[in-house]
Amino acid sequence: MSDPVLTVRGLRKHFATGGGLSRAAAVTVRAVDGIGFEVRAGEAFGIVGESGCGKSTAGRAILRLIEPDAGEIVYRGQDVRAASGAALRALRRRLQIVFQDPYSSLNPRRSIGRALAEPIEVHGLAASAQEVRARVASLLDEVGLPADAAERYPHEFSGGQRQRIGIARALSVEPELIVADEPVSALDVSIQAQVLELMRRLQAQRGLSFVFIAHDLGVVRYFCQRVAVMYLGRIVEMGTAAELFGDPLHPYTRMLRDASPVPDPALRGRMPRIEGETPSPANPPSGCHFHPRCPHAMPACRERYPEETRVGGRMVACHLHGPGGG
Amino acid sequence: MTMRILARLLQVFGTNKTSWVGLGIFAAICAMALLAPWIAGSDPLEQDIIAKLRPPSGEHWFGTDEFGRDVYARLVWGARISLSVSISAISLALVVGGTIGLVSGYVGGRFDMLVMQAMDVILSFPALILGLIIVALLGPSQTNLIVAIALTAMAPFARIARAPTLIVKERQFVEAGRALGFGHARIIFVHVLPNILSEVLVMASLWMATAVRVEASLSFIGLGVRPPTPTWGGMIRDGFENILDAPWLCIYPGLAILALIFSLNMLGDGLRDATDPKLRGE
Repeated sequence: MSDPVLTVRGLRKHFATGGGLSRAAAVTVRAVDGIGFEVRAGEAFGIVGESGCGKSTAGRAILRLIEPDAGEIVYRGQDVRAASGAALRALRRRLQIVFQDPYSSLNPRRSIGRALAEPIEVHGLAASAQEVRARVASLLDEVGLPADAAERYPHEFSGGQRQRIGIARALSVEPELIVADEPVSALDVSIQAQVLELMRRLQAQRGLSFVFIAHDLGVVRYFCQRVAVMYLGRIVEMGTAAELFGDPLHPYTRMLRDASPVPDPALRGRMPRIEGETPSPANPPSGCHFHPRCPHAMPACRERYPEETRVGGRMVACHLHGPGGG
Repeated sequence: MTMRILARLLQVFGTNKTSWVGLGIFAAICAMALLAPWIAGSDPLEQDIIAKLRPPSGEHWFGTDEFGRDVYARLVWGARISLSVSISAISLALVVGGTIGLVSGYVGGRFDMLVMQAMDVILSFPALILGLIIVALLGPSQTNLIVAIALTAMAPFARIARAPTLIVKERQFVEAGRALGFGHARIIFVHVLPNILSEVLVMASLWMATAVRVEASLSFIGLGVRPPTPTWGGMIRDGFENILDAPWLCIYPGLAILALIFSLNMLGDGLRDATDPKLRGE
């Protein structure tokens, strides 16, 4: 694998809720609480976790759709957080996003052709109206939609088709990296496979890098080379998809994997339950955030957050595997 | 491009019968206002003391008022004032108030809070009282009347534009626009505006009716268009003193106002349906 194209260090985003014009904020939600990872050229990097763990916030913070509070985001040597004006616009051309909800991600009052042409025009990527039309046609073809789709409106398409349009729109500015925020979780299973197949083909053809955010481990295992597992705003384990799911080190990763259905009749009825509820990120447990649900919790887990430790090729934050752990 | 949108608008508009009735009545009133010099028959200002307070007849279709002026002629000419004042005032209110609501809702946060509280202060005055204050400050004239009505109607338009803006701006296509490097002005006016326009337009037709009423009320207190220029509201006021002896003085301008308001409401409904993309489509 080549050098990282995207490096994230100490990324943090806290939300204040309950405050008013004069009152101080009542509650601070630590949506993303200091995470770091690298994405390499042409790689699909997965971020998984339960809902509310901060994975979507992390994805948006990378693109500065949400302004992060702290941390470092470097894309090909360029500081994303410092960019503004024209530099930020140029960066946004290179970093794109595909959304979860294909119904809300398209403007209902713009035809597909207009929606795809607009970014091309705004960034001046085509010399003439004719060239814009040609590009729109080739984008539709690339995502497997008929050419006459350009004349139609979003409500005339199914969820899967809309997601293809969302992907085409992201591709219209010729990005190098795409943040895919649960791109298939709103789709039927049969459609999921088609959209994933499309994204994988685009990844190969265009050499795209992906930050792939999902809660479905099966999808992540299929699509991603490396994966980070997030729990309450922090990464608890990170490594290659094969290692991580083959031999999870962190008890939370193990729990997630065991809860994910495996198509093997021999394992029928042996699926353990995930225990307990995810605590609120507004009031995370002391020490290791996972300790109230962890079968291996030790006194140290209640007291301090485990350090990030390298074990082989991967990173894990757990006292079981830490320098002082067992 | 624009022609195709217009054609589609007409297509859906066409399936809605009540909106055609509304459009028909509104068009008739507009035509009446435009053609006033040719269809009024007589001079609306010409007094004929001998023929005062005559009931409707072949000579004076809608009767005559206390100065012997022809009510029909005054009604026809009055349409000009009512329409021009209310259309100009509401257009002004729609553009200014709508922009305030749109931008305030989009920007959000403290800016939104401050702007909307300022709008609430304006809203807390009844339209008539606020119009009265403004005209009293600026002095009575047709232009000041338009400004006064526009200012009173501005705050409701800001509110009506802001509410759907808050919803639309949370939709992912707005976020997608930011991710694609679109400027805020483009997102506000190209992406958010078309999605809130129908609500604002429906509101405009309702507020047109209020504008007609406020115009009439202000004319009555002497702060509107000055007599003897005929206005519908002014005619009702003049006829009010003789309402028991000569009911036609109030009935015909009253019916005219009713027809105008009715047509505007039906037109607004038709517009709302026609601008909804779920109803237009093949």
